[in-house]
This record gives sequence, C-alpha cells and structure tokens, in this order.
Amino acid sequence: MPNTASAPEAVTERGLRAFLHGLPAVDEVGAAARAQDLATRSVKTTAKARAIDLAVSMVDLTTLEGADTPGKVRALCAKAALPDPEDRTVPTVGAVCVYPDRVGTAVEALRGTGIGIASVATAFPSGRAPLEAKLADTRAAVAAGASEIDMVIDRGAFLAGDHLKVYEEIAAVKEACGGAHLKVILETGELATLDNVRRASHLAILAGADFIKTSTGKVSPASTPPVLLVMLQAVRDHHRDTGRRIGVKPAGGIRTTKDAIRNLVLVDEIAGPDWLTPDLFRIGASSLLNDLLMQRTRLSTGVYPGPDHYTQD
Amino acid sequence: MAEIFEYAPAPESRSVVSLRENYGLFVDGGFAPAESGETLTSLNPADESMLATVASAGPADVDRAVTAARLAQENVWGPMGGVERGKYLFRIARILQERSRELAVLESMDNGKPVKETRDVDLPLVAAHFFYHAGWADKLHHAGLGTDPRPLGVAAQVVPWNFPLLMLAWKIAPALATGNTVVLKPAETTPLTALVFAEICQEADLPPGVVNIVTGAGETGRALVEHPGVDKVAFTGSTAVGRGIARAVAGTDKRLTLELGGKGANIVHDDAALDQAVEGIVSGIFFNQGHVCCAGSRLLVQESIADELLARLKERMTRIRVGDPLDKNTDLGAINSADQLRRIREATDSGEAEGAERWSPDCDLPSEGYWFAPTLLTGVGQSHRVAREEVFGPVLSVLTFRTPEEAVAKANNTPYGLSAGVWTEKGSRMLWTAERLRAGVIWSNTFNKFDPTSPFGGYKESGYGREGGRHGLEAYLG
Repeated sequence: MPNTASAPEAVTERGLRAFLHGLPAVDEVGAAARAQDLATRSVKTTAKARAIDLAVSMVDLTTLEGADTPGKVRALCAKAALPDPEDRTVPTVGAVCVYPDRVGTAVEALRGTGIGIASVATAFPSGRAPLEAKLADTRAAVAAGASEIDMVIDRGAFLAGDHLKVYEEIAAVKEACGGAHLKVILETGELATLDNVRRASHLAILAGADFIKTSTGKVSPASTPPVLLVMLQAVRDHHRDTGRRIGVKPAGGIRTTKDAIRNLVLVDEIAGPDWLTPDLFRIGASSLLNDLLMQRTRLSTGVYPGPDHYTQD
Repeated sequence: MAEIFEYAPAPESRSVVSLRENYGLFVDGGFAPAESGETLTSLNPADESMLATVASAGPADVDRAVTAARLAQENVWGPMGGVERGKYLFRIARILQERSRELAVLESMDNGKPVKETRDVDLPLVAAHFFYHAGWADKLHHAGLGTDPRPLGVAAQVVPWNFPLLMLAWKIAPALATGNTVVLKPAETTPLTALVFAEICQEADLPPGVVNIVTGAGETGRALVEHPGVDKVAFTGSTAVGRGIARAVAGTDKRLTLELGGKGANIVHDDAALDQAVEGIVSGIFFNQGHVCCAGSRLLVQESIADELLARLKERMTRIRVGDPLDKNTDLGAINSADQLRRIREATDSGEAEGAERWSPDCDLPSEGYWFAPTLLTGVGQSHRVAREEVFGPVLSVLTFRTPEEAVAKANNTPYGLSAGVWTEKGSRMLWTAERLRAGVIWSNTFNKFDPTSPFGGYKESGYGREGGRHGLEAYLG
C-alpha cells in the first residue's frame, strides 16, 4: 500500500503516476452516502453557537470581480475587522481574499488588525498563462503584502496526464511565495471524478501546498460535500503517514449557516477535531458571513433581525 | 479542541407518541384483552423504563383470531377485486407516511435502535413495502405465476424484534396484496408498533378480520403456527426456532417460508476503495447494533491490506456515537433486551477465550439499560465459535485470506447463506466472486441496502422462500 511518506525522491512523471495511481480508489456512491449521513448531524444550542463563531473566524471574505475598486476592497476590509457593528463580541474573519492588484489597498485597510490578506494568483481563475506570468503574478502579490497566495493548478495538464507539469508549477509558485502560505486550488468541478480529486490533493500536498482548496468559485459545481470529504481524507492520511497537517479550504456555494456547519461536521468527523482551527480550515465565501451573523443574533436574542441590520459591502 | 465542537444533545421529542397504558389483542377489527387476562410488559431497553403492558394471547385467543381471519378471507377479502384491495394498501401506506415520525420515535423507544435509523431506514422502507405491494394487487395475473393465481387463505406470521415494524410490513403487505388474511405475532419485547399499526388498519377502514395482531411470547407463536386453521406459515427469526416450526408444520398441508439466521461475509479485496469499504464494514455490523440477520459479521480481508484496513476501521469506530437512541446524533443504540445482552457478552467472551484479540473504542456506556460497545475481534480462525455462530450484536470477527479462491471458500464455509458483501474496483473479480458465493443477497461495494422490489432470503440454514419483489408474491399464491 503506497503512502505519502514514500513519495519518490527524484520527481519524475513515472514516479508521480505510480504514486498517484497507487492510491486507494474512491467509490463515488459510498463517498456521497457517507457525506449525506454526516449531513444529518443535528448541531443545536450551545454547539451551534460555538460552531457559528468558529465558522466566522474561518471565513476568507472574498471579492474577485473585474469590477473590484479600491473602495469596494476597503469596505470589505472594514467588514472583516468588524463583522457586526451592533455586536462587538463577534470574532474577526480569517482573511480577506482579493486579486493581486488590490492587495495594496487591503494591506492599508487591515493594518493592525491581524487579519490575513490572501491573494489569488497564477492567472486565476483559468490558470492558462505561461509559467513566467504566473510567477510574476505571485511575486507581485507577495511584494504588495499578501500573506497567503491562492493559486490554481493547471487542470489541462492534469487531465492530459502531465502530473509532472502540475507538480513543477506548484513547486515553483511555492518558492515564489517566500514566507507567504500557499493554498492550491484544484478546481474540482473540472476534475470531475473523486479519484481525480484524491490524486490532485496528494499531488498538491507533495508539491508543497500548505492548504488544498476546492474551487475558484467561477466554475460549477464548486465545493460539494463528497469532494470536501475526499480532500479531508487526503490530509488525514498525509498526517498519519508524515505527521504533517495540511489545511483545507472549500470555496464557492457555501452560503448558509447550515452549509457551513455541515462543513465543520465533515472536518470534525473525517479529518478530526485538530483541524477545527482557522490555521487548518478556511471557508471561501462572500454572502455566508451575513447569514452566520444573522443566525448568531437569532441564537442569542431569539429573534431574526431584518437583513438591513447587516452591512452589504 | 474536541470540546469546542461537542454536539449538544439533540433528542427527538417523545410527545409525538401517545401510548396507552394497556393494549389488548387486535382481533376482528377491535381490541380485546386475552381470555386468561394475562399480560406482559414492554420495556424501553435504553433505560429499562416500562412503556406499556400488552395482552398475552393463549390458544383460545389465537383460535378466535384465526377464525376471524378465515371468515374475512372467505367472505370479504378473498372475493374483493384486486383494485379494491390495492386501494386499502395504498391508504395504509399513506397513513404510515403521515404517522412516520410518531412510529419512528416509538420504534426507537421499544427496540432501542437509534431514531436516525428508524427515521431514515425503517419507516421509509415500511411505507415503500406497502406502496410496492399495493401496486401488485390488481396485476397478479401478470406476475408470471399462472393466469389465475389464487390466495392461500389465512397466513400465520411470526416476526422478530430487530425490525419490528419493517418485518411486519414484509409479511403483511404481500399477504394482503395477494388476497390472504393474516394473524401476526410480533416479538415479545417489541409489540408496540404492531399495535399502532392495528390502529392504522382501523383508521384505514380495513375490513375486520383481515389483519389480526396477537401479542405474546414463544407459546403464543407456537399456538399460532400449529393451529390447524392456518394455510401458510411465515417466520423470521432464529434458526433454532425455525427448525421447531419446520418440524411442527411437516406432514400438514401448510405452506412455509423461513427467514433465519446468518453469518454474512464481507470480503474486501486489495484493490477495494478502502474508505468506502470501511463505511460498508461499519454499516454491515454496527447498523441496528448488529441485530441484523444479514449482518456482515465476518470480515474477510485480504492479508496484504489487513493492517491498513484495520487501522482505518479502528479510527472510524472511534467516531461511532453510542448512547440515547432518541438523540438524532446517535449512531449505535441499546441492545434490545437483557437476554440478548447476555448472549452477546457470552459469545464475545468465548471468542476471547479461544484466542481472538478484542478491541473497542473508548466510549462511555449509559449506566441504565442494555448496552454493548462496538467490538472488533481480530485473529479469528474459521474454527472459532464467533466465526461460526450468529452473535446478533455489534461484534465483528476479522479473518484474512490470501487469494480470491480462499475468500470464496471461507465465505461459503458456514451452515448459513443469507448475505455477503464484496469490495473490489475490478468488475471481473466482482462477478467471479458473486457467481461463486452461496448467499441469498450479495452486495457489490455496499452493504445492508434493502428495497421492496428485490427478493430477500437465504440458502442452507438461513431458511427458504423469498420476500419482496415478484418472487415474494409466490409465497402467498397457490
């Protein structure tokens, strides 16, 4: 049985293929059934209150639009630092996530808050650019002050069977990151099968990812429970084999508190409670935060405030 | 970190259940006490509290029930057209769906199984069995059983305590669809959902005498199957009792189907999807506390992956939540009775004494009620008692094999033949294995999946006859 500890020393296409194709298969029906089973967990009262605060602290508050202006980014940063102006006990979010050319604005707006600044890079979202352009993109974001880089893998290369190209690109971007944390986006909606998700997860981990991330949010389907389940199994197995913990970030389509809590249940019961920290689990989202805040108020006061009590940024 | 996300208790409310203190026998459309006045008490196995007392039927009561069933069969139900019978069955199915939450909670209280299972498995299947057979009621001449298949008459049906309402549905739905009337005896420890089912028959205006429920212990069952007025006996339960019934019925013209014990093999080949195989192993043996005749109680794992698989299995077993059956987050509930708990303990101890290594995850068992932690026995040999005899509890015996031939030989080397599971990503190996297994149900990359359209039954000492599907109709038509 191959494990991630016995990864090939000199990385070759043949070695990568043998390793990735030697991983245990994933049965799609069984994986979906287990995810569905865990979706029936009932998280109420005190457990729900803790889960909501945990989820808020794990949000990577995201804006990734062509129309992003400095003003939009500043508004988002203000929200990240003070999610609910009517309740200052709400924790701050994990990070804000922007395009590289908006990192500078975010750095200024978040100075002194301790909130991370994540930047997508490497010709996000398609990744269809020469390696040099991807590295320049990454270096620019890091130079502007990004503490986390969310890169995309070359799905075309992966689907063509060129694992080595995917590996080398991730390794090169990792080097370009310097001290910044690297999140590797697999874009699972384009990988299609759970076998591919498992292989891409291990490939990214092997190449140096600090986090593996499901999606760009620009492709449907984005994060789904079975995909997250398989990625959590990958980091669990990697930890068992090497002692090293890799983070996981689902992104796209997580809009409600119920979705977020179901994600946390998967983390708790698949990877284990050690992953229930913003250092090892993030949720890429934009509209989720307001729903978490609304449910939080509902739990503590018993009533739903109207949506206008929460800021639209 | 574990405390951060400890799930708060999420109990299902008992208020949806309105139990009476006493229940009589349901005979000829009404409830009446036993002639002797004797009763027995049904307990909640999760806390040993008393739920209700029910009448204990004697031979005179059984005779009254069989007579009522005979009259109803000859005068009302038998002559009735299939379309009309189907309407009654559809109506019962709809009421079962409408009252499913109440029945799920009650089943959990009376049996000890988690409400997650009664809600998501038992009750949906109960309704599905009635809907499925309702559809057959007016199409029996298309079932491939002759152009004019006839009902047998009165069916005596005895069901076990592991799936009280579901086994009732497996028995009553096909019998009624084919024009038979029934006298059914639920298990001594789990009579309550059958009595609520009797109320549902009243609610559906089912003609009196078509369904009769006689509660009681083994003696009641004996009186029922030995009654000369029944035409058909259907039994689900232990092989020992099944043997006795076969003897009692021998030499009479009663038709008989038996669904008995099992010692199902769950075969995991080295190319299996391991994480899903682990899920299938867990579902195979810990579903319903292992109180499942078709449980995958023998894990046959290819020796080359045994360590890896067992490590994953143990890790998964630490996540099994044992406790209050009514908590929506409970995975493993209470053992059904003190007697059964004693048998499980005794069998598990014997496995250890014979040299198996015993392992259970850390779990706090409640102080009251009947509880047994999920248990692995590794290093089990074919000759060990735990590999041969049915434990009927959350205890998995682990054996290894080296080649596909050896897996099949070991899987078949049992007096039983009810179920088996095969885990491999290789289609040709799946088919090769399935062809050679002597078991009534073979699950391919899954376990413990049921459907009313699929016939269910055993080989060898697991019994004979099939329930469900077109094949299941045959047992009730002459």
